[in-house]
Amino acid sequence: MADVSTSTRGDLRLTHLTKSYGDFNAVNDLSLTIPEGSFFALLGPSGCGKTTTLRMIAGLEEPTQGSISLGATDITYTKPYQRPINTVFQNYALFPHLTIFENIAFGLRRRGIKDVDDAVNKALDLVELPHLAQRKPTQLSGGQQQRIALARAIVNRPALLLLDEPLGALDLKLRRQMQIELKWIQKEVGITFVHVTHDQEEAMTMADTIAVMNEGEIEQMGSPADLYDNPKTAFVANFLGQSNLIKGTVTGNDGANQIVELYGQKISLQKDRSHGVDSAIYAGIRPEKFRISRLQTATSGNILTGGKVEDVSYIGVSTQYQVMMPWGQELMVFEQNDDGVAPFSVGESVNISWEPIFTFGLRGDEDAEAGTEVNPEEDLDE
Amino acid sequence: MSSQKKFGLSTPYLLLLPGMGFLFTFFIVPIINLAQTSTQTPVAGGDTGQYEQTLRFQNYIDAFVENKEQFGRSFVYAILATALALAIAYPLAYAIAFKSGKLKNLLLVLVVAPFFTSFLLRTIAWKQILGEQGFVVPTLRSLHLISESTTLTSSAFAVVAGMTYNFLQFMTLPLYASIDRIDPRTLEASGDLYANGFTTFRKVTFPLSLPGVVAGTLLTFIPAAGDYVNAAILGSPQTKMIGNVIDSRFFKIVDYPTASALSFTLMAAILILVTIYIRKAGTEELV
Repeated sequence: MADVSTSTRGDLRLTHLTKSYGDFNAVNDLSLTIPEGSFFALLGPSGCGKTTTLRMIAGLEEPTQGSISLGATDITYTKPYQRPINTVFQNYALFPHLTIFENIAFGLRRRGIKDVDDAVNKALDLVELPHLAQRKPTQLSGGQQQRIALARAIVNRPALLLLDEPLGALDLKLRRQMQIELKWIQKEVGITFVHVTHDQEEAMTMADTIAVMNEGEIEQMGSPADLYDNPKTAFVANFLGQSNLIKGTVTGNDGANQIVELYGQKISLQKDRSHGVDSAIYAGIRPEKFRISRLQTATSGNILTGGKVEDVSYIGVSTQYQVMMPWGQELMVFEQNDDGVAPFSVGESVNISWEPIFTFGLRGDEDAEAGTEVNPEEDLDE
Repeated sequence: MSSQKKFGLSTPYLLLLPGMGFLFTFFIVPIINLAQTSTQTPVAGGDTGQYEQTLRFQNYIDAFVENKEQFGRSFVYAILATALALAIAYPLAYAIAFKSGKLKNLLLVLVVAPFFTSFLLRTIAWKQILGEQGFVVPTLRSLHLISESTTLTSSAFAVVAGMTYNFLQFMTLPLYASIDRIDPRTLEASGDLYANGFTTFRKVTFPLSLPGVVAGTLLTFIPAAGDYVNAAILGSPQTKMIGNVIDSRFFKIVDYPTASALSFTLMAAILILVTIYIRKAGTEELV
C-alpha cells in the first residue's frame, strides 16, 4: 500500500457535503475549510450531524453528495485505510487482545514502518504512560485508555487527527486536565485536529475555530470569543453559554449605533453586531455583562428600569440573580462578588444596566428558545 | 461480605446439592462401574456375559491393539468434520452477527431448527439424499463429477458429511456468541489504522473470535470422535469408528470388559488432545 500519510498534506476542504438517510439529511450541503495545523471543533447537540461529518472525513461513511479533499487530493471515495487520517474513537476502541504496545504499533506495522519500537516509545512518552506498554487495555483506567487511543492515532503522524467526543467518558476533573493536555499535544505535534463535541466549554477551551452545527448545517463559525460575544443566531447565543434575549424594535440610528426600543425603554446596539433583517429584533445580553443596581444609584450605558429581584443564588465567585422585568420576562444577571456591595435580596426593586458594546442583535423572527432545551449531558452517541 | 453472611456458609453447598447428586448417580457411579468392568475376565465355564474381577489390565492393551485402526479413523473423521464445520459455520456466524440486521433472530432460530427433529431421523434422511434414488448422485453423474459406479452412501465421505451436518449447530452457536460480542468500532479502528479488510480479519476479527473457535471446535470434535450413529447409518464396515466397536462389543458380542476398556481409552485420548489444544490456543488470556 502506498504510504499516503506523508505525501498528502494541506487544508481539509468539505464542499457541499450532504449525507441523507432516506428523506432525512443528517448533514445538509455543508462547506467549510479547515486550515492545516489548526485545532478545529465541530460543536453541536446530539443528532446535529457532527459525528456523521467526522465519519465521512474518516471514510467510515460515504457522502450522498459533495466532496472532501485534503490539500490537492480528493479523498471523497478513498477507503479509510488509504487516508492519512486517524481517529480517536468515542469509546477508544482499543484492541482488547493486544498489549498497549501492540495497540500503538498497529498502524505502523500495517504500513511496514521500520523503527516501530522507537516510534511507539516516543508516543508512550508523549502521553506519559511508558510503564503501561505490556498491559492489556482492560487493565487500564478510562483516562489511561483515552491517552493510549490518542497515542495510537498520533504515532502515525497523520495529516489530520479526528477526535470523536474523546473526553465524553471521563469525569469532570480528568476531562479538564485532558483538555489542557490535548491542546498542548496538538501544539507539540502540529497536526490538524478536528474535534467533535457537544460540550461547549470543551470546544471553547481547546479549539482555535469552532463551527456550531445544528440540524445538519453550520449555524456559525469563528473563534470562541467571536462566537460568544457576537452570536449571529439564537441557537448559538443559547447553546454557547447563556443569553438574555429581549424582544424589541429598531426605531432609529445614532452614528454607528441603532436605537432599539425594548418595551418602551430605549437602548443602543452597534450596527456591526446587529444581525436582524428588519426592525423587529431580539436584543441579546450575556448575564455577566449586566450590572444590577439600587434605584437611587447612578448608572450609565444602557439601562432597563423597573426590575424586581425574584431569586438570589450565591455561588462563591459570583451571585446569580433572576430579575423580573415589568413586561413579565425574567432576566439572568451574574454579578461578580468583588465590589463589596451587599447582595440584593429577594423582592428588592432594581435597575439593570450594561455597556452598549455588549449588546448583540438577532432576527426578530427567530425562536428565542432555540438551543436552550438541549441538555448537553443527554447522551454521547448520536 | 455481609451479604454472604446473611445466607450462611452452607448455602452455596446446598445450592450445589441437586446437581452434585445427579452427577454422582448418573456419572460417577457408572464410571466406577465401567472401571471395574474393564479389568474383568470371563468366568471359566460360565455363560455368555458372565465376568469376574481379575484386575487384568492387559484388557486395555488387547482392546487397543485389536482396534487401533478404528481409533485412528475416529480421530481422522472427527478432525475432518470439525474442520469442515468450522469452514461452513464461521462465515455463517459472521453474517448473522454483523450483516443480518433485523433477520438476526430468525436466522438464529433457523440454526437451531434441526434440533426439533430427532438426530437419528435427520441422519436417515441424509442416507436418502445421498442414496441412488436421491437427486445428488444422478446430478453428479450427469455432470461427470463422479463415475457411474461410484456411490456416495456407505462411504467415508457420507460419514464425514453426516457428522459435519449433525454437529454444525454446536460450532455455529459459540462462534456466533463470540463474534457478536466484538465491538464493531474495533474493526473501524483497524480500518482507520491502515488495515484493509483481509488484514482486519486476520489481525482483529479472528483473534477476537478465538474463544468461540475453541469452544465450537471442542463441542464438535468431542462428540464426533465418540459418534457411532453416522458411521452406522451412512457408513460401511470399512468406515467403522470406535463408537461402533464399543456399541457392538457391548450389545452384540456382550464383551463388557473390552467395551469398557475401549471407552476409557477413548476418554483418555480425547482428554489429552483437548488439553494440548487448549494450551496451544492460549485461550486463558482471552476469556
